[in-house]
Amino acid sequence: MAKRVSLSGNEAVAQAMRQINPDVVAAFPITPSTEIPQYFSQFVANGQVTTEFVPVESEHSAMSACIGAAAAGGRVMTATSANGLALMWEMLYIAASSRLPITLAAVNRALSGPINIHNDHSDTMGARDSGWIQLYGENAQEAYDNFIMAVKIGEHPDVQLPVMDCFDGFITSHAVENLEMLEDEEVKAFVGENRVAPYALIGQEPVSMGPLDLPPYYFEHKRQQAEAMKNAKRVILEVAAEFEKLTGRKYGLFEEYRMEDAEAAIVILNSSAGTAKAVVDSLRAEGKKVGLIKIRVFRPFPAEELAEALSKVKAVAVMDKADSFSAAGGPVFTEVRSAMYGRADGKIVVSYIYGLGGRDVTTNQIEKVYNDLFSAIETGKYEVYNYVGVRE
Amino acid sequence: MIKERKVNITPDMTWRELTPGGVIQDAGNAEDFKTGDWRSMRPVWNTEKCKHCLLCWVVCPDNSIKVEDGKMTGIDYDHCKGCGVCTAQCKFGALDYVPEE
Ligand code: SF4
Ligand code: SF4
Repeated sequence: MAKRVSLSGNEAVAQAMRQINPDVVAAFPITPSTEIPQYFSQFVANGQVTTEFVPVESEHSAMSACIGAAAAGGRVMTATSANGLALMWEMLYIAASSRLPITLAAVNRALSGPINIHNDHSDTMGARDSGWIQLYGENAQEAYDNFIMAVKIGEHPDVQLPVMDCFDGFITSHAVENLEMLEDEEVKAFVGENRVAPYALIGQEPVSMGPLDLPPYYFEHKRQQAEAMKNAKRVILEVAAEFEKLTGRKYGLFEEYRMEDAEAAIVILNSSAGTAKAVVDSLRAEGKKVGLIKIRVFRPFPAEELAEALSKVKAVAVMDKADSFSAAGGPVFTEVRSAMYGRADGKIVVSYIYGLGGRDVTTNQIEKVYNDLFSAIETGKYEVYNYVGVRE
Repeated sequence: MIKERKVNITPDMTWRELTPGGVIQDAGNAEDFKTGDWRSMRPVWNTEKCKHCLLCWVVCPDNSIKVEDGKMTGIDYDHCKGCGVCTAQCKFGALDYVPEE
């Protein structure tokens, strides 16, 4: 039986880790993810888990230790944010290409510089091409649920990839919210008592991993990785269906909020979706046809499904809490627009960069974006590349 | 001697056939990788002069001196890289060192 609890996002994820009882957790503290290994180390000290906790000297070492432990066949986890994730960079690619299902709580924070500890998505957006699956969550409940599902998705025989559970620093990581927690046994039964590794450095049939991969083979191994990412889309939905049976909570590749007859839509990730839903409700009350799509799965990218979901709207604003400095819109924007090309043509598709470095995202800002969309529909005149919430 | 392997990784295998992430399931498969074509000089063995002291076998960094029952039987040109360590140390003039044609 699920129980209702009041926890911060970090506590909820640390509790999920405790319930899973992984073989190894290797982590280095960095705001705002620090509490996850902090709470977890208490569970270790109290004997509530049998996990080997490795307090390393840097995030590069944290990910390296995770890779080693996962290569040995273990179920492995860590947590980090921003510059910590950046320091893991090299190893992120090695984890993914070695096909090691590691679960990482990525507590989103602005990547320096200028140095800033508050929330935006510049850290995980930068890691979007590292080969990791990326799940994004709006609140503590979703951070907790996604973390548990991440284990099962990553370890699936057709996937074998590492997974990031991304949620907003401070807003989700530190705010205390009500959520439903599963029983320990339910979580253990859901993810399975142990990871079943197809290959491992130790055991009856030890293998070698991470060999020098020269031109005759490297391309084929990358192609395998791409296939695993394609498979992940199906597996993510299968795992979500199983999770729904257990909890009643429904997860897809993205959430559609009041999209039925929407003419103007916003596409957004994480906690700001909550703010935007409030705006949708108030604009709907005024009779305006607005809707919202909250992307949950950014890697693999649900291109066809998103295009289908946006095929009936007149105008879409894709909101990015990160600037990719391409001078051609944020990272989510470029992918959404590209997904629509040839599938949902003739729409107004615009980019809004918002909330960088923890700048508050207000209902007024979101309302302005919807108003801009309606005026674009009416007049046919609009800017494609926009910033909202910055002093002009 | 090539042992029985779980998988023989060859450059004509497709991405579907190769092991995930390049995992190597068998120990000692470096034997399959013919490094001999890197050679610009080659050692040539003169059977008559050879005393079978096997010091060439000791010094060869590529395990390319073939030995059976305590006697040298030849050179494994599939893997010999032609470094010349064996030829330089042979005290009996049993190993010549000549350019590859
Ligand atoms: S070192 Fe010279 S003599 Fe000794 S085994 Fe080798 S080839 Fe023969
Ligand atoms: S030339 Fe070098 S590699 Fe070749 S057999 Fe002699 S020592 Fe070994």
